[in-house]
Amino acid sequence: MTTETLYALVGVGLFILGLYALFVRANLLRKILAANVMSSGVFLVLVALARRTGTVAPDPVPHAMVITGIVVAVSVTAFALILMLRIAMKTGQTELPDTWSE
Amino acid sequence: MDTLNLAQWVFDSLTGTGLLWLAWMALASPQLIRAIVIFVAFGLLMALTWVRLDAVDIALAEVAIGAGLTGALLLAALAKLTAAQTEISKSDHRPRDGRAVRALRQLPAVLMFLVAAGLVYSVLSLPPVSSGLSVEVDANLGTSGVENPVTAVLLNFRGYDTLLEIFVLLLALLGVWSLGGLPPQRVAPAGPVLHTLAVVLTPVLILLAAYFLWAGVKGPGGAFQAGATLGAAGVLLQLAGWRPGPGFARVHWRLILVAGPALFILVALFTIVAGRHLLEYAPEHAGTLILLLESGATLSIGLTLAGLFFGERPDDGYDNDN
Amino acid sequence: MTPSDYIAVPLLVSGVMFFLAGSAGLLRFPDVYTRLHALTKSDNVGLGLIVAGLVVEADSWFVVGKLLFIWLLVLLAGASVANLITKGAMQRGTRMWTR
Repeated sequence: MTTETLYALVGVGLFILGLYALFVRANLLRKILAANVMSSGVFLVLVALARRTGTVAPDPVPHAMVITGIVVAVSVTAFALILMLRIAMKTGQTELPDTWSE
Repeated sequence: MDTLNLAQWVFDSLTGTGLLWLAWMALASPQLIRAIVIFVAFGLLMALTWVRLDAVDIALAEVAIGAGLTGALLLAALAKLTAAQTEISKSDHRPRDGRAVRALRQLPAVLMFLVAAGLVYSVLSLPPVSSGLSVEVDANLGTSGVENPVTAVLLNFRGYDTLLEIFVLLLALLGVWSLGGLPPQRVAPAGPVLHTLAVVLTPVLILLAAYFLWAGVKGPGGAFQAGATLGAAGVLLQLAGWRPGPGFARVHWRLILVAGPALFILVALFTIVAGRHLLEYAPEHAGTLILLLESGATLSIGLTLAGLFFGERPDDGYDNDN
Repeated sequence: MTPSDYIAVPLLVSGVMFFLAGSAGLLRFPDVYTRLHALTKSDNVGLGLIVAGLVVEADSWFVVGKLLFIWLLVLLAGASVANLITKGAMQRGTRMWTR
């Protein structure tokens, strides 16, 4: 197995771990962590596959996309954290209710 | 692509296992504070992985943003949750469920297994060697105005990506402000150590940001790494108790926030009026234009990130009703 | 191996040893104060040794300057953060470990 395949498979693993946690964990902060792990997994797959260029330098286009992605991920995280804090202040809970009764 | 020798194989397996283990610990550890600290460690190991995969530009961005700033955001949010005496939900599995519901809870695991199998299959079925777009980037690097291929892609070949991304960042901050932001926090006075650290490090961080901006032309670095460093300076100042004054928040901050996006729009219009495609620069002006765009983007990214950490709406002097 | 490697490799290896000792301390020591003690002391020296090893191998004075600057920044940040964590722990009333 090549280095690229190994890290791409680790990336798949991270994506799956994050997706699973996003489904089964109720706490919103934990869901935000899970989404971040998922995006790290996607980035790892992209960058690992960008290195399949043989002996020359890796493909810079996925690298540029991942840098863009990291910045988008942090802005989404910041926005999600504020949403979570607003929900926590309104309901006193850090999870979403099962039913929207009100 | 290289066939692994033993030392590389050991290193890669340890790193890969470490990444998966830290991710699992961050998602499964019962205490949130522990989960966040482990997540920061995960980010640092990711940075090491980027260096291993010859992606030094990404490693810099990951250390500054993925591990540093995201970690600071998460810790600050947890501190606010704890301060608000919120009932932090601990039980992710509710005990009173019947057998059918418990069986249903296994469904996500089964689904994940299927998704994983599909993804593993598609990764393994890809050709082992593929040049991607690196040949095209290499062929056109001479006319891009910079020597670092990643900067060339970000600011020249796919400049529209970066244009949109700057707007996504601005949109996130506007979203935070539209939600009303966070209520103003009471600021504890900073101790002498934190105060000195902020006083010493802020100019150093600003200098570092300028260096990253300049270094990005030739090697790893660029507007995002520079902006993140500037954002870190903003976070440090806030931790040391500094708050934007009303004059700064009302005018200067907003002007700098839109400087990056506005410059991008102006340059994009300019290229279209000059009869070219959107953000297609004349080769003789490309270097200057890229540096101009990056300077504006650095300032805007830095102040946006600092603003996202701040979380409060800047006081505009009109709505005192809440 | 070039002559400079004979100086650099022992420095790098001993640096890694200090990091290992610091990490072992972080994992095994009983409370936050002793853990910080192990971590900051050994990591500052460990990074110093690694920087020294890399300085030997550096191509230009500019790189030497950057490496030393990185070490200085980590010393400053490490010492300050250790102080802040300790202060936070004391404010929370975390007891010091006694035998």
